[in-house]
Amino acid sequence: MTRAALLVLADGRFPAGGHAHSGGAEAAVKAGRITGAADLEAFCRGRLHTAGLVAAALAAAAAAGADPAGLDVAADARTPSPALRTTSRRLGRQLMRAARATWPDGELDAVARRFPKGAHQPVVLGLAARAAGLGPTDAAYCAVYESVGGPATAVVRLLSLDPFEATAVLARLAPELDRVADRAVTSATAVRTEGVDVLPAASAPLLEIGAEVHAAWPVRLFAS
Amino acid sequence: MGGVHATARIGARGDGRGGTSLPVLESDGPLALRRTRGAASEARVMLVGAMSGPLGGDRFAVEADVGGGARLRVGSAAATIALPGQTKEGARYEVRLTVADRGELHWLPEPLISAKGSDLSVVTRVDLDAGARLVLREEQVLGRMREEPGRLGSRLVVRIAGRVVLDQELTCGPGAPGGWDGPAVLAGHRAVGQLLLARPEFAERPMEPRIFAEHACVMPLAGPAALVTAVAPDGLRLRRVLDEALAEWDIR
Repeated sequence: MTRAALLVLADGRFPAGGHAHSGGAEAAVKAGRITGAADLEAFCRGRLHTAGLVAAALAAAAAAGADPAGLDVAADARTPSPALRTTSRRLGRQLMRAARATWPDGELDAVARRFPKGAHQPVVLGLAARAAGLGPTDAAYCAVYESVGGPATAVVRLLSLDPFEATAVLARLAPELDRVADRAVTSATAVRTEGVDVLPAASAPLLEIGAEVHAAWPVRLFAS
Repeated sequence: MGGVHATARIGARGDGRGGTSLPVLESDGPLALRRTRGAASEARVMLVGAMSGPLGGDRFAVEADVGGGARLRVGSAAATIALPGQTKEGARYEVRLTVADRGELHWLPEPLISAKGSDLSVVTRVDLDAGARLVLREEQVLGRMREEPGRLGSRLVVRIAGRVVLDQELTCGPGAPGGWDGPAVLAGHRAVGQLLLARPEFAERPMEPRIFAEHACVMPLAGPAALVTAVAPDGLRLRRVLDEALAEWDIR
């Protein structure tokens, strides 16, 4: 195992298509719910403790070797918005392609064959971490960071927000990222004995509704 | 100082002549059940207790089991208000619903209101056979008029033919994880609600996703069910939005 593999996987330039997605920030900006750095921070905090926690727990469980098909069903149940399910599977497929090229692995191949339209992104993220020789904690960190990093980058573009301010938001959230990653790993560890129902299911009503609204727009800057 | 523990039970069965009988109708402590006049084939039950509870430390549960060919509709006489108790312990309210093939349940209680200083966890678990039908409404109002809410946690888990199609939790109020009132979660809205509609025919023809109010949409789930999620400034406006959806589906 190499720690540098974590940097490769977590890098925003890793070619998995994430840069085209705002994590719901575009819809929130349009609705006037994000107008500056303070709103961005509150948005990211809410996303971190809901979608971020769920994604991190799924990723950690996949990295720990839980059955990917069972995790994929759990991800479906935790994603009522069909627009978000489609996005998650599309991102899962793109990440799968990049991960298989980067860290060739039989498990990745098997899941790619089983889910030709893509498994949910956090599940693939966990498997990619596993293929890279990383562990559940690394996978959880990738997921929690992604859950706030995506919206922060997107809001810089959407509002012409000062990139220093956006990065300061991420830095202020760092202790909470630690706590959420920790919680995610704890519940992922319990999957082996208690099954996937033990995974957190924290939801964010406005992320779900916003995703449906956003998917209906004829023109948008980000894919989600 | 353990608080009140009470479990009320409803069992509905098809009577074989197109009607529904209620072989089980057990009130318990503050949870009182009354059979009310129903339609021809449908039994109706009203939950009349628990309006001024649960308090901290209380453990309430309501179970409804609907057999094949039975049709049951359950409502409540008034909103349930979570209030602070004398113990530091939170209150817990569990709802367990099971519906067999060809059974139908309309679970349409009044809202749950989280009063200042209260601490309540509500868990609703629904188990449906593949051929069961369900309409379920959940409404949460954060605080009475212009009041800060208490801590309110809710989880809704729906299984159809053994497969989980929905698992959602939401925690609001003091002590909830950060950002619950921010732009990603509730953005200052004080009422949040859901309608769940499960019908076997959705397996073939799922409902189309649709936005039908400013903060409300219909979402087909990954299974034969659809969910309406709505947030609104207050309970009245939330109810108006959810009623609109029910009316469109011809459910009263």
